[in-house]
Amino acid sequence: MKTTIFPARKIITMNPARPLATHVAVRDGRILGVGALDELAGWGPYTLDDRLAAKVLMPGLVEGHSHLMEGAFWRFVYCGFFDRRDPDGTLWPGAKSLDAVLQRLSDAQAALPDATTPLAGWGFDPIYFDNRRCTREDLDRVSTTRPVGMVHASVHIINCNSAALAAIGWLRTGIDHPGVPLGADGLPTGELKGPEAMMQVAAVLGMDRAVLAGDDAALRAFSRLCVRAGVTTATDLASPLPDAAVDMMLKVTAGDDFPTRIVPLLRLLGAPVEGVERAAALRERSSDRLRLGRIKMVADGSIQGFSARLRWPGYYNGAPNGLWYMAPEQMGQALGLALQHGLQVHTHTNGDEATELLLELMEQALREHPTPDHRFTLQHCQLADAAQYRRMKALGMCVNLFANHHFYWGDEHLRLTVGPERATRMNACATALAAGVPFAIHSDAPITPLAPLFTAWCAVHRLTASGRTLGEHERIGVADALRAITLGAAWTLKLDAEIGSIECGKRADFCVLDDDPLAVPNMALKDLPVWGVVQDGRVFAAADLPTG
Amino acid sequence: MASPIPVTLIGGYLGAGKTTLVNHLLREREGRRIAVLVNDFGELPIDDALIESRDGTLLQLAGGCVCCSFGHDLMAALQQMLALQPRPEHILIETSGVALPGAVARTLGLLAGLRLDAVLVLADAETVRERAADRYVGELVREQLQQADLLLLNKTDLLPEAALAPLRDWCATAAPRARVIATQQARLAPALLFGEPAGAAAPRRAGAMIDARALFDSLSLEFEHAVDLQALAEALAALPLLRAKGLMRDRDGRMRSLQLVGTRRALAEAAHAAAQPGRLVCIALRGELPAERIRALVARCAC
Repeated sequence: MKTTIFPARKIITMNPARPLATHVAVRDGRILGVGALDELAGWGPYTLDDRLAAKVLMPGLVEGHSHLMEGAFWRFVYCGFFDRRDPDGTLWPGAKSLDAVLQRLSDAQAALPDATTPLAGWGFDPIYFDNRRCTREDLDRVSTTRPVGMVHASVHIINCNSAALAAIGWLRTGIDHPGVPLGADGLPTGELKGPEAMMQVAAVLGMDRAVLAGDDAALRAFSRLCVRAGVTTATDLASPLPDAAVDMMLKVTAGDDFPTRIVPLLRLLGAPVEGVERAAALRERSSDRLRLGRIKMVADGSIQGFSARLRWPGYYNGAPNGLWYMAPEQMGQALGLALQHGLQVHTHTNGDEATELLLELMEQALREHPTPDHRFTLQHCQLADAAQYRRMKALGMCVNLFANHHFYWGDEHLRLTVGPERATRMNACATALAAGVPFAIHSDAPITPLAPLFTAWCAVHRLTASGRTLGEHERIGVADALRAITLGAAWTLKLDAEIGSIECGKRADFCVLDDDPLAVPNMALKDLPVWGVVQDGRVFAAADLPTG
Repeated sequence: MASPIPVTLIGGYLGAGKTTLVNHLLREREGRRIAVLVNDFGELPIDDALIESRDGTLLQLAGGCVCCSFGHDLMAALQQMLALQPRPEHILIETSGVALPGAVARTLGLLAGLRLDAVLVLADAETVRERAADRYVGELVREQLQQADLLLLNKTDLLPEAALAPLRDWCATAAPRARVIATQQARLAPALLFGEPAGAAAPRRAGAMIDARALFDSLSLEFEHAVDLQALAEALAALPLLRAKGLMRDRDGRMRSLQLVGTRRALAEAAHAAAQPGRLVCIALRGELPAERIRALVARCAC
């Protein structure tokens, strides 16, 4: 029984009984106590670890909606508009024009062994280039000999060059598909939209599904990103979780050097009975650092892709309503079965009609299987209105809001998708708070960067990329935002008894900061330097991480 | 190059009988080598009796047939089917209950080696009108119906007799492009989807429940002259035919094939262009085959 006491400049506990402290004692990876040194000394002999003495500690941050894909993407070239830090800590400056994007791809060729090896990029977002579409001719400037392509930030579109199209036999006329726009010459422009249109070129580029779902290396890269962001518990939302992937994740996460608790959700595609049985079986395979047995369903698509299901009056630009990704009957059945088995379900609902449907299905399922404290969670839930939040509260549901979305696509939502009025109510943190709906906020990494402090900043300011405050009334305070990225997210995962605050008995998971988030100007929240984490009592400094 | 593999899409909302139809067609396949793609191995599974072995997402079925669950990745599954040796003679895709068959159909066009033969949509006779008016999925169900070449009005045995005629009228409006066929337990004559068996003497399973001859009329024509195939195809599509198939000399002297399902028609260069008499086979519901009009059309389109 070894006890280590960490003195710190300040410890923000999230425990109202003792909100601030100077020392935390750790034993067997758990918090023995938090308070002053003389209080903690009462537990017996201890070792004093001074490494964090100048730091500010918070509960380890919890990312309630991310994807391991973020770890996989970094083996490709980052082509995004905004600065972004890779798993090794290198800051990639945003590429601020199409020319800059093409230059970056050209430069990356130097590392390739020959003139035919494919080259892939990710994170491209032409909305910041006045929506000027990238064509295959543009990418032909990078190379005419190797397949070159980049996936958009949304991950729903790829732009590729002529060689990539030729590699799959698509450099021809006569292709008739809404996801494959054609140029004046009748040949594909090189923009490929939607999974069917993208898949073959993605495979040529080395971005096939198996790679993106996350392998050993991707999982390790993802965990290094977590350390750099102060995250000690992160979700993978979600994957089909074949046995081989579960075996791999159990093995990797069990390593003494693995710094993150991973919570992978099982994606339910149909067949509720089999899916729920599988989730129940997976739950039994859980380990300390791999928490299995939660289910993810997807009800609709995305708002910026016009595939989310909206209630009347629909999209601001008149686009037709979006798509259902699962039949309501199947979702309803899955909710009922999961309640019976004590399994938790998180459901992606972007549009307010999808949210409405889930509320209705949940009400029905609960009438049939009354279940206290189920905490079924709506993910994204971007467009819900106040009445829907009140209903979530009445049904005992939680919500995990996509606060980052507001920054990256808020201007588009105002201009195009939902219009000026509804854009101000998107990701309504203040309404959730007022209605008493337990809530978290998320990045959906790799769609936006894994960085909960930035996510908190987004919820506090609701600034869009153009600098507009969109929905002043939905802004929340720093303390509430910090709670959302710790206890709030832990609550939505039913892990709040173990993590999310610094108090006796909980896991020794800390986010280690160089400065005090409660004291810095709240505009600086997003830039607060993260020193690293303590996870299960093990200290991981970002600067000392191995490189991949 | 081998001729493209015909693909039939089997769509329709949850519970309409899609898997029942797939099982039925696998039992009544009459020696054909069929590949079935299903969205997932659902609760109404492929008949155990048909399964010979299982390897992850691929089931080996009796008679060289296979069944593959494609989940999110229809394209990958189709590529897998195209790589099979020997090649399947026909591919059936059972789409998810919320899929739009039209969107799946366009996806097929992205792969060489496939030919969309027909979009078949099933509707539960008991519930389809209610579903089509549903607040959440009504629009989706109506779109599915609109995209059908063949509409299988299934479970008609659960319907009072007097309700069938009004329902058929409703279907004519809801699925304007489709020929409507009433079925029970999705027992559709396989010839309607696959055409006649490859060998005329293909073995007929003992006790087979469906005999196409009992429910359908067919007409077989042979003729020496060339035809304006485009004009003939359009005219045939306007007749109440379920299916037509032909091989004939077109106005430019080349042999071309014609495939017609409902109003969907496809013309293609014939693989073997040797001069031979033109042939045309038409199938319609019993009592609905306009034999004289078809003969007259063939004569009128002669050139």
